[in-house]
Amino acid sequence: MVQEWLQGLPPFWLGLIRVLLLVLPILILVPGLIWWERRLLSWMQDRIGPNRTGTLNVPRWFPIKSWRGKKLRTFGLLQPIADGVKLFLKEDITPDAVDRKLYFIAPAIALFPAFALGGVLPFGPWLSDNPATAGFYALLTPVANVDIGILYVLAISSLGVYGVVLAGYASNNKYSLLGGLRASAQLISYELAMGVSLACIVMASGSLKMTEMVRSQEGPLWGVVPWIQNWFLFTPYGLISAVVFLICMVAETNRAPFDLPEAENEIIAGYHTEYSSMKFAVFFMGEYAAMFIFGGIFATVFLGGYNLLPVNWLAIGDSVPALSGVMGFMDRLNYALAPLWFLGKCAGGITFYVWLRATLPRLRYDQLMSLGWKSLLPLAVANFIIVAIWIMGTAKWGVAGGWIAWAGASLLAVLLYLQVMSTYKSGFPDMQRRKVVLTDGIPNAPVGAGAD
Amino acid sequence: MASMGEFMPIVILLGVAALVCAAMVTLSWVLGPKKVTPYKASPYECGVEPSGTARERFPIKFYLVAMLFILFDIEVVFLWSWLTVFKNPGMGSPETDLAFQWFSFCAVMVYMVLWIIGDAYVLRVNALAWDEAPEIHEAKFGAPEAPAATPIPDAALQPAGGGK
Repeated sequence: MVQEWLQGLPPFWLGLIRVLLLVLPILILVPGLIWWERRLLSWMQDRIGPNRTGTLNVPRWFPIKSWRGKKLRTFGLLQPIADGVKLFLKEDITPDAVDRKLYFIAPAIALFPAFALGGVLPFGPWLSDNPATAGFYALLTPVANVDIGILYVLAISSLGVYGVVLAGYASNNKYSLLGGLRASAQLISYELAMGVSLACIVMASGSLKMTEMVRSQEGPLWGVVPWIQNWFLFTPYGLISAVVFLICMVAETNRAPFDLPEAENEIIAGYHTEYSSMKFAVFFMGEYAAMFIFGGIFATVFLGGYNLLPVNWLAIGDSVPALSGVMGFMDRLNYALAPLWFLGKCAGGITFYVWLRATLPRLRYDQLMSLGWKSLLPLAVANFIIVAIWIMGTAKWGVAGGWIAWAGASLLAVLLYLQVMSTYKSGFPDMQRRKVVLTDGIPNAPVGAGAD
Repeated sequence: MASMGEFMPIVILLGVAALVCAAMVTLSWVLGPKKVTPYKASPYECGVEPSGTARERFPIKFYLVAMLFILFDIEVVFLWSWLTVFKNPGMGSPETDLAFQWFSFCAVMVYMVLWIIGDAYVLRVNALAWDEAPEIHEAKFGAPEAPAATPIPDAALQPAGGGK
């Protein structure tokens, strides 16, 4: 009955409902994410973290007698909300030297793509490509199931650089300018590898549509095992793409270990050094919302989207008739709670981000650039060529021919990559001088003093 | 089939997102107190008296990265239209499909070879080396004079105070 009511709505109102179903959860979840990051980071560093704010003493007049005088604990969940209220009420300082207009709108430009990014992300299943027969969730998600799908994601995510660069430039502060420059170079460098790694997946699934990509992952594993879903993470080319995409997505959201634009030991706070009050926090809201949505994109493209487990329940039910009842139930459960599984995968993405932050030290800037341009990009391009050869081999010589072509091409790509890297290293004799060399007991004596 | 109507919810999303962002930025401007002092309004430079403007020259490397990005990104963009049709061309019959796949595959491989040559060249000339590119300087301007070794006396390495 909800379904009929939704179908009867004019397109504008239905669109607005979908938009609110995307934007409101992000707004509500961001404080939760901040709390989760702080708590998890604390546990990883053997601390406790924010665990007090929001503890409520139940008053003496409370109707339920046994609750009176007790404490209602929220384990610090309200801490980020309290922080947010405080930040709203703090003074919004605008330094004299800034470019006022750009300074004012830069945080808004940084936050904007984080919200817009989720526009094509399906939180629930589409049973078919036709909206009329695609089922209940097709009415609510994604905001628009447009044909260009993943291209929209790439386009919007590349807008993120504007907010950061404008903030850095408008602040008229040396640290901000350095942060903005670093951010721009970093974001565009990693965008390349990200685009190519997604191109591999688009080629293999044959569609740019996000719902179509998830559906192409529901087929039998490697085209052979019918009980297991063919998540792109389980395929060899998909695994390479997933690793490249994962690294690029951390770099695109300016998170540790790629948080050089805000490296506090070098450039204070980078591009938001001059920002205060809620404008300062808006940058972080954008960062956390983008982390959440990028986790969702990773789940959609590589982890089977809204499916709980990589299992085709109905196929198992067909093979083992004794289990068909249970498997049918599991299939319906998988469908009914699909948004929950999807949110779980997004939360997993956030946890991964925090884990990285707690584990890895920050990169040096030349390391960051060489990782993006000299490792990830050639790797993604080699993967791209291998997928093309694999699809061509499958079309020409069948499945076995495709795999043989895949293996041969992989070997060739590895050799080529090693060749390119050795070329690069041979043109780089100076790298050796960076080692710590003791000359008469003095570390790193000036070049030419015998270190060479 | 695909019409502009499909994008209408996206336009609504962009509108709502813009509204939320504008509200966030404006609210803190409206709600917070305003007591401007000269020190608050000066650029932050670690508490030291700020020196000059930040609108100065910055390393050319950043321009170089941006230029290379545009070149390589456009090379990727050219591929997107081919990606979606390569696996299932839908040309009518399996024979024409295979013929199209084979032809476009060869074309793209030639394209990728050019891409790799370009990338190898960029790496070879150290366009992406973020420390100095010494041998370019050496080739063009002659090797820089190596500075004479100036051993630091042991006394200079001792801690200034507080030692045992």
